[in-house]
Amino acid sequence: MHHSKKPIYMVICCTLFASIAQILLKIGMLNPLPAVDAAHLSTLGDLIFALSRNLPLIVGFAFHGCNALLLILALKDGELSILWPIYALSYVWVALLSMHFFGDRMNVWKGAGIALIIVGVSLLGRASKRVEVLP
Amino acid sequence: MKTPISSMLLVICASVIGSFAAVFLKMGAAKLHDGIHNLISFKLALGCGLFLASSIPFLIAIKHGELSVLYPMVSFSYVLTLFWSKLFFNEPITSGKVGAIGVILCGLVCIGLGAQ
Repeated sequence: MHHSKKPIYMVICCTLFASIAQILLKIGMLNPLPAVDAAHLSTLGDLIFALSRNLPLIVGFAFHGCNALLLILALKDGELSILWPIYALSYVWVALLSMHFFGDRMNVWKGAGIALIIVGVSLLGRASKRVEVLP
Repeated sequence: MKTPISSMLLVICASVIGSFAAVFLKMGAAKLHDGIHNLISFKLALGCGLFLASSIPFLIAIKHGELSVLYPMVSFSYVLTLFWSKLFFNEPITSGKVGAIGVILCGLVCIGLGAQ
C-alpha cells in the first residue's frame, strides 16, 4: 500500500484538466459549424475542415488526453477508493465554471444531484477494493 | 439556456458507447502483462475508437444544453460498467456496489429535475 500523496495531487490535477476540457469543448461547439447534407459528401469535408480549425475544440480534446494519461498514472500507484471520490470533484468544477462562462443557473435539484453522484462514486470506490480503470 | 430532453438522451447514448469503450480497453490492457508490444492491438484500438465515437453524441448534446446538467449525466456509464464488469469479467456485483449505483441514479434523477 502506497501512502504517498502524489497520486492524490495528480488526480486533483486531473479534475482541473477534465473541467477545462469540458468548458473548451462547449465553447468550441458554440462556434457555428457547417450543416452536413447526406446527399453531398463534400459537405462532410467542409465539416471536417471546420472542426480541424476549431481551436477550443482541439485544445479541449488535448486536455482530455492529458487528463486520461495522468489519471492512468495516478491509478497505477494510488488506491481507487480514495482517488475516485476526488475525481468526482470535477462535477463541482464544471458546474461552477458553467455558471461563470455560460450563465448556467444553479438550483437545489442540481446541487443535490451533484452531491448524490459524488457520494455514490465515493461508495462505489469503497465497494471496489481492486483497482480498476473506469472511464 | 434550457436543456432539451434530446440532449440528455444523447449524453446517455454517449455513456453507453463509452462504457463499451472501457470494456475493450480493459480487455486490451489485460494483454499488456504479456508484453508491451500488445499496446498495438485490435481491442485497445477498438476501445480508443469507441471513446472517440462517444464524444460525437456528447458534443452534439452540449451544443444545445447546459453543461452543468449534461456533464454529470456521463456518470450513467458507471451504472452500465457494473453490469458489463459482471458479464465480461465476472466481477462480483456486491450489495455495496448496488447501493452506490442506486445513489448515483438518484443523483441523475435530481439533476434531470433541476434541468427544467
